[in-house]
Amino acid sequence: MNSEFLFTMVLTFKLAAVTTIILLFIGIPLAVFLVFSKTRFKSIAETIVSMPLVLPPSVLGFYLLLAFSPASFIGKYLTSHGIRLAFSFEGLVIGSVLFSLPFMVHPIQSALSQVPTSIFEAAYTLGKSKMETMIRVILPVIRHGLVSGIVLAFAHTVGEFGVILMIGGNIPGETRVASIAIYDEVESLNYAMAHQYALTLFAVTFAILLLVYALNKKSLEGMR
Amino acid sequence: MIRIDVVKQLSSADGILKAHFELTIRDREFLTLYGPSGAGKTTLLRLIAGLEVPDSGSIEVDGTVWFDSAKKINLPPQKRSIGFVFQDYALFPTMSVRQNLLFAAQNNQQRAYADTLIEMTELGALSHRLPATLSGGQKQRVALARALVRHPKILVLDEPLSALDPTMRQKLQDELSLIHKKLGITTLLVSHDIAETVKLSNRLANIQTGRVASICPPMDFFTPHSLSGKLQLIGEVLKLETEPPITIVTLLVGSSVVRTVISQNEGESLCIGKHALIAVKAFNPIILPLS
Repeated sequence: MNSEFLFTMVLTFKLAAVTTIILLFIGIPLAVFLVFSKTRFKSIAETIVSMPLVLPPSVLGFYLLLAFSPASFIGKYLTSHGIRLAFSFEGLVIGSVLFSLPFMVHPIQSALSQVPTSIFEAAYTLGKSKMETMIRVILPVIRHGLVSGIVLAFAHTVGEFGVILMIGGNIPGETRVASIAIYDEVESLNYAMAHQYALTLFAVTFAILLLVYALNKKSLEGMR
Repeated sequence: MIRIDVVKQLSSADGILKAHFELTIRDREFLTLYGPSGAGKTTLLRLIAGLEVPDSGSIEVDGTVWFDSAKKINLPPQKRSIGFVFQDYALFPTMSVRQNLLFAAQNNQQRAYADTLIEMTELGALSHRLPATLSGGQKQRVALARALVRHPKILVLDEPLSALDPTMRQKLQDELSLIHKKLGITTLLVSHDIAETVKLSNRLANIQTGRVASICPPMDFFTPHSLSGKLQLIGEVLKLETEPPITIVTLLVGSSVVRTVISQNEGESLCIGKHALIAVKAFNPIILPLS
C-alpha cells in the first residue's frame, strides 16, 4: 500500500471527523432555534439550512471560492490576518460544514419536534434550568436523532465531491481527498488505483452505517 | 394562603376569552377546579406554576410574591415551589422510575425522601423499570411521587386520573387522599368526575368561561337545593302521558329510566326534553350494596 493512498484516506476521514464535530456543536443549537423560535426569520433560517440539499455543489463551491479569494472583501480581511482558505484544509472544513449542515440539523430538528412540551415543562417545575434540561433530559431522549445526524453528516462529507473540487483543488496531503482521487485516477486511466480508493470508501462507509444501525436498533429495543 | 388575582387573554375554540381568575386558596386545603372544558381550568394551573405568564395581576403564596405585573415580578417555574402532575404524566423516558425521582432531588435529604416516596406509592418493585414498560396507573404514581420529592408548597394535578380505568382510578383516589392527609400539602386538582371531587376535595371552585363562578364545599355545589330528609335527583323528561286526573311521566335519571305518576296540574309545568328535579321524602330509605 503506497503512502499517498494512506495519506489521502487519512485526510478524507480527518476532514469528515472535524466537520462532523463542528456540525454537532452548531447543529444542536440551530435545531433548537428552528423548533422553538417564534420569530418571522425562522422560515428564512430554515430555507438557508436546507439550501445545500437542492443547490448544485458547484454553486456553493464557486461562491466560497470567490469569497476566499484575496480579491474579495472577506478574503482580503483573512489574508491580512495571515489566513488562507482557498486550496487549504481549513477551507475544505468550512465548505463541508456548510454543505453537510442540513444532514446534521434535520434529524435533530425532527427528533426534537417530537418531544412533548410537557417533558420540558416537567423539568422546569422540578427546578431545572433550560440548559440542564437540555443536557440531562432532552439530549438522551433525542439520541437517535443525534446519531442519525452524526452518521449522515460524516458519510455525506466523506462522499462530498463538487464543493471540494471547486475550493480545494487536488493538492496531495493538503486537499486531495478520496472522492477527488478516484476521479483523478480514472482521468489518468489508472483503474487499479481508482478501485483501491473506491472499494475502501465503499467498505468503510458500509461498516460504519451497519454498526450504527445495529447499535441504534438495540438501544431502541431497550426503550420499549 | 395563596392569593390569586390574574387576567389573561386566552384564544379558545370559541374565539378570544378574557379570563380573570380571582380566588384565595387556604393552607393545606384540597381544592378541585370543576367546570366545562375550555373554561380555563388548565390555564389557571399553568399560570400558578409559571408555565404561562398572566397579562396582568398578582399571585402571592404565603406572603411571597410569585407574580406581580405592577412590580414587574415574575418568578420562573424553577423558582416556584410547585409539584406539577401533567395529564400525559411527562415522565423522562430514558430514566428509570427511581432516576425520575432522583432527578428532582436537590440534596441528600430529598434523595432519601425519594426512596420513602417510592415505598409510599408502592413503586419499590418497579424502581428500575423504564416508564415505557409501566401501565397508566403506575406511570401516574411515578409522576405523583416525582412531583412531591422537592417538598413543594403546592401540589397541582391536571386531570391526573382521566385516562385510567375505574378500578385504578379509585385506587389512586384513595392514595391521593392518603397522601394529602399525611403530608398536608395544599393541593389543586382539575377534575370532571363528580365522585372524585366529592371524595377528595375540601372545596370546589366552579370555573365558568374564565371566571371563578363560585367556591364552596363540593356537596353544597352538587346538591344546591339541599333539604334534609329528601332524596333529590335531576332527570330529563322523556315522555308525558296525561290521563286525567293524573300524568304518567317518564324521566331519564343518570342511565336509568324512571316512570312515575304525578298529578295532572304538576304535569302541566313539565316540558319534554327539559330537566326536572325529583324529590322524594327519604327518611330511612332502602339503600343496598350492589355486588
